[in-house]
Amino acid sequence: MALIETRDLRRVYDLDAGRVVALDGVSLAIDQGDFVAVMGPSGSGKSTFMNLIGCLDRPSSGEYRLAGAAVESLDADGLARLRNREIGFVFQQFNLLPRVDALSNVELPMVYAGFDRKTRREQALRSLSRVGLAERAHHRPMQLSGGQQQRVAIARALVNSPSLLLADEPTGALDSHTANEILSLFQELNREGVTIVLVTHDAEVGRHAHRLVRFRDGRVIEDRRQTPVDARDLAPEAAE
Amino acid sequence: MRLVEAIRSALSAIMANALRSLLTMLGIVIGVAAVIAMVAIGSGARNLVDSQIRSLGANLAIVTPGNVTQGGARLGAGAASSLTDEDAQAIRREVDGVVAAAPFVQGGAQVVAGGSNWGTRIYGVDLDWFSAREWDVADGRTFDPEEVRRGDIVIILGQTVARNLFGEADPLDQVVRVRNVPFRVIGVMAPKGQSAFGQDQDDVIFVPLDAGRRRVIGRNYAKDGSVGSIFVKFANEEDIEPGIESMTQLLRQRHRITGEQEDDFSIRNLTEIANTASASANTLSMLLAAVAAVSLLVGGIGIMNIMLVSVTERTREIGLRLAVGARPRDIRSQFLIEATTLSTIGGALGIGLGAGAAYLVAQLAGWPSLVSTNAILMAVGFSALVGIFFGFYPAQRAAKLDPIEALRRE
Repeated sequence: MALIETRDLRRVYDLDAGRVVALDGVSLAIDQGDFVAVMGPSGSGKSTFMNLIGCLDRPSSGEYRLAGAAVESLDADGLARLRNREIGFVFQQFNLLPRVDALSNVELPMVYAGFDRKTRREQALRSLSRVGLAERAHHRPMQLSGGQQQRVAIARALVNSPSLLLADEPTGALDSHTANEILSLFQELNREGVTIVLVTHDAEVGRHAHRLVRFRDGRVIEDRRQTPVDARDLAPEAAE
Repeated sequence: MRLVEAIRSALSAIMANALRSLLTMLGIVIGVAAVIAMVAIGSGARNLVDSQIRSLGANLAIVTPGNVTQGGARLGAGAASSLTDEDAQAIRREVDGVVAAAPFVQGGAQVVAGGSNWGTRIYGVDLDWFSAREWDVADGRTFDPEEVRRGDIVIILGQTVARNLFGEADPLDQVVRVRNVPFRVIGVMAPKGQSAFGQDQDDVIFVPLDAGRRRVIGRNYAKDGSVGSIFVKFANEEDIEPGIESMTQLLRQRHRITGEQEDDFSIRNLTEIANTASASANTLSMLLAAVAAVSLLVGGIGIMNIMLVSVTERTREIGLRLAVGARPRDIRSQFLIEATTLSTIGGALGIGLGAGAAYLVAQLAGWPSLVSTNAILMAVGFSALVGIFFGFYPAQRAAKLDPIEALRRE
């Protein structure tokens, strides 16, 4: 069964300047375990699409199912719950809270999920070690490099074991060497079974994904599979 | 999010902008300090008045001699005494609700004991005095009825007099001389403290009425049986007004004053005077508290202002929190708790400052001041309420932010 399923998704903005059709009937299914790159020039509707599947926004019309839930019928609290349990966000600007250490940043989604402090600490530490930053748990964002900050953000996105990792230009603020490390981390996580949808305008980044979806003028103009969904079975360490 | 954690995170947000938070709190600090200090000073003033009422004795009226006309010349009040022992007895006998009518004479006197001497006020009293003034001896005894009847030369000292004449030594059964008359000390009064007019009420000596009249004070009391004034104590406060009415009738009759003729005495309701003073002290403290409450309001507006700034500054943080699963109400309570924490800390600082100021005033002005637990609880509650009230709008604004917009904000 598809993790994400959209049918004829439309998003229309009523602005002072007139109606803007940001998304014009997108029907797309993304399977569990896939690694999808969403590409397109600015204004193509890829960000609107991301916001919709990230449950940050509601469609003007059409249907959207995430892990079996009909998202279009949920209220603000229902969306918040879905974002909390099913989705992990990774942003271009990391969006870490500057005042608290890495561990507390990673804990944040668990705070809203209502876990007690002890469970949160353990889980957050596990998540941090998953991205290789366990020993930096008590550093503040300011004391970490850009790549490390993004790793913390990824640990935060993973801490509630969501079914979907949504990354919006995750390498946009990083140098190419660090960007490659982050991309490798994504691939590794994907091999471990995390479904990833990644928005980028960088073709190099797009090549790392298993599937590439290209937007233009609010529609999908290309949907190409680069690697089979179950690529992890072909991964060298799994084949051994 | 649990409350304790929410408060902890609010504290860290407040500490992140320590100076700004402190300046924001200042309004609340000053407001609460003003409330605490004003209420403390006000209730101190009220307590002072209350204790004066108590020191006077409750439900008391005083009959004093009035104008006396002698040969066409109107002499001032108290120039000559028109009141007598019999007037007091008649009042005790005939006026309803009277529990004590204490005639007394007073004057100044130099008391000598051994090598030391002391100038003080002397009162000639009968037994009713002690029950009317609700005042008793601490050591020794009061007069017995026989001593009063015979006018024996025995004396009871006030605390101040006893201390000045005898120091630490026991004055009982010692002899003191007043106008060369040797009085035997039979008792020392309980301490009473200051009067409404700042007089030391313990700087006093008591002798039996007749002893005072005949041997010590003399003057206008030469006419046998006349007294300076009469304290009249009633059983209940409601008895005072009708009691004064019937005393007036009784005394006019006894003094043969008829028709349009002026009273040769006057009667004052001391309890009423005390109540009026107490009420005005109350009004004063309410007024001061109201002024202080206005400054709390101003402090609240300061908090609202800074919370709005904070919401704007932290728009991205709010967007992120929404993205990772905060519900609008989580955001709202976060900012509400922050505003409330801010105002409550301000309140706590204000209590400290206010209590300090009240203490200082008490020390400087010699005024009793009392920081009551009630005032503290009220100040804490009120400052928390200010935080909730003025934090609500900014918190609501934060909660209504669109996560997409908020995340995009620089």
